[in-house]
Amino acid sequence: MAVATQAATAAPPIRRKITASQRREIKWGLIFLSPWIIGFALFTVFPMVASLVFSVTEFNLLHPTEFKFIGLSNYARLFSDPQVIQSLLITLKFALIAVPIGIFVPLGLALLVNAKRLFGKNVFRALFYMPQMISAVAVVVVFGAVLNSESGWINQILTAIGIEGPRWFQDENWVIPALAIMTVWTVGSTMITMLAGLQNVPTEMYEAARVDGASPVRSFFNITVPMISPVIFYNLVLALIGSFQVFIAPFIIGAGRGDPNGSTMVYNLYLYKTAFAFLDMGYGATLAWVMFVICLILTVVLFKTQRRWVYYAGGE
Amino acid sequence: MTAATVTRPRNTFNWAARRRWRNFTATSAATLLGLIVLTAFLMPLGYMVLTSFKDVQQIIDPNAPFLPSRPVTFNYQGQDYPLMQVPTDSGTKEWALVEKGREASKFVDPQNPDAGLIDWVGRWRTLQPVYRVDPFTGNFAAANDAVNVFRAMRNSFIIAGLGTIGTVLASTAVAYGFARFNIPGKNVLFIILIGTIILPSQVTLIPTYVFFRAIGWGGTWWPLIVPHFFSNAYNVFLLRQYFLSIPKELDEAAWIDGASPIRTLVSVIIPQSWPALTAVAMFHFFFAWNDFFAPLVYLTGKEELYPISVALTQFNNAFGSQPGQLMAATLMTISLPVIIFFLAQRHFMQGIVITGVEK
Repeated sequence: MAVATQAATAAPPIRRKITASQRREIKWGLIFLSPWIIGFALFTVFPMVASLVFSVTEFNLLHPTEFKFIGLSNYARLFSDPQVIQSLLITLKFALIAVPIGIFVPLGLALLVNAKRLFGKNVFRALFYMPQMISAVAVVVVFGAVLNSESGWINQILTAIGIEGPRWFQDENWVIPALAIMTVWTVGSTMITMLAGLQNVPTEMYEAARVDGASPVRSFFNITVPMISPVIFYNLVLALIGSFQVFIAPFIIGAGRGDPNGSTMVYNLYLYKTAFAFLDMGYGATLAWVMFVICLILTVVLFKTQRRWVYYAGGE
Repeated sequence: MTAATVTRPRNTFNWAARRRWRNFTATSAATLLGLIVLTAFLMPLGYMVLTSFKDVQQIIDPNAPFLPSRPVTFNYQGQDYPLMQVPTDSGTKEWALVEKGREASKFVDPQNPDAGLIDWVGRWRTLQPVYRVDPFTGNFAAANDAVNVFRAMRNSFIIAGLGTIGTVLASTAVAYGFARFNIPGKNVLFIILIGTIILPSQVTLIPTYVFFRAIGWGGTWWPLIVPHFFSNAYNVFLLRQYFLSIPKELDEAAWIDGASPIRTLVSVIIPQSWPALTAVAMFHFFFAWNDFFAPLVYLTGKEELYPISVALTQFNNAFGSQPGQLMAATLMTISLPVIIFFLAQRHFMQGIVITGVEK
């Protein structure tokens, strides 16, 4: 320890004198950072700029020679495109069901696997996390079979208790809730971060509350919730942006056409069709930028609400 | 004095026993609740496994029990007859139904067929058929014939494997640069790096696609592999956090001894970072194994290059009416990630906690 302190106090003056060594450090540092710097320029900066440029052009890969600058026409087209409004409403409907699932299910599971009296906690944690390993495609295929209105277990169970289950994937009103139900299998990592949040709450706080005669329910709402509110907030941002990005489930269940009757044509599916089926890159880029702006606005709005309900123990 | 010595131990004992009993009931209640929730949560997985072992007959049979089973028949004088559970005076018997009648039927006892037909009074339609567990394994071969599942798995393996090598090498180097070198503007660069994590991929998607097509990489694996050789923000973040926890004195000592930075990285940092490197490798492998959008876009029409995720979608569209084969194909798809997950789940959990997020 003493040796280390000595070395630390002795080292800086020597280094400050020798600028050659500093230059060497910068040179090596840049060499190590170079993969990211090149990749960032090549796969982030350049495409973002290009995407903005595309959005003010007419650019279709089917006839790329007709590439021409058309100003804000793509944006004008977007605001008068009934499909855009329609797909945004469908996406919003999905988000309104999927976001609460994405917060309350992992919170409930985290509380469960954090319970002091639960036997075999690690086994439970691993098993609740496990579906996260399954590819989104496989999740959709499996839930597609389980929610099948004839051969699926969900409707067979509902029938057994005397409820007639809906025709999930044929009924325009039920298909979006069905897609949202599938997200219960992607809560694993949220559960783990919430669990880490729960374990960071100092136990003395619970003990003090118990001495003061607070019920477990009360200490949950007055200690646990405020203490883990930063984790909830963080996951809320991710869940909201994530549900606006929904693509795979509607793509597979709606056969890429928005079946039944356009009711699964979410925003990203419309974007995909525009850009990769009709190869209309100009309008596709416009749709992409508008989605980016929507996500940005949602994030900013959430951050504005933060002061009202998120408690930072560090005082931030 | 004597009274105190007698009563005190007894009180302690009662109190301890009651507490132990209360702990036991609390543990049982919590664990039971956990099991119920877990069963509901993993129910679709159970459906997948059981259905993949059923043939079409077994799936549509409304009376079939939970496990893949089929009705048992008995061959009597050259003909197959269904076995029924027949209530008789001497308990329920498993008899083969030979002659169906409205109010009375003729049965034969498979244990003793030479005794001839037995008359039984009652409606045979009220009887339960006898089922035997009989898993059907043909779905796996059939699924593999319909869409080459093994070829698709091999493709996924190559794509994911090469990408993993790329991202581990590149992210290690970049994380080392961020963790150990004083570069002007490093903090700004790091904030930009973190910013790219939140950036939605659509914004870069279309020009990237146009770019890869323009250089002739449309319909190849290169767009799925090469970008990972330029590191990835999540992995850099995870590794940097880990490298920062390694005492700096160790690599300063190596440096003073004249080791080059690369040498220091290889012989000081990497040997201490296996948990984080394993987590990064696994995260990327599964990300690539499960990735759907990029292969869908770049490999359109190139069936022989499809990874398993796209092949499974194709299968779903073509064989949606064959739940047995579909579930068998899905089971094959998920088996590798799930097995590796259980072998290495501790690294996963650690990795998620370090980054606070999984990719």
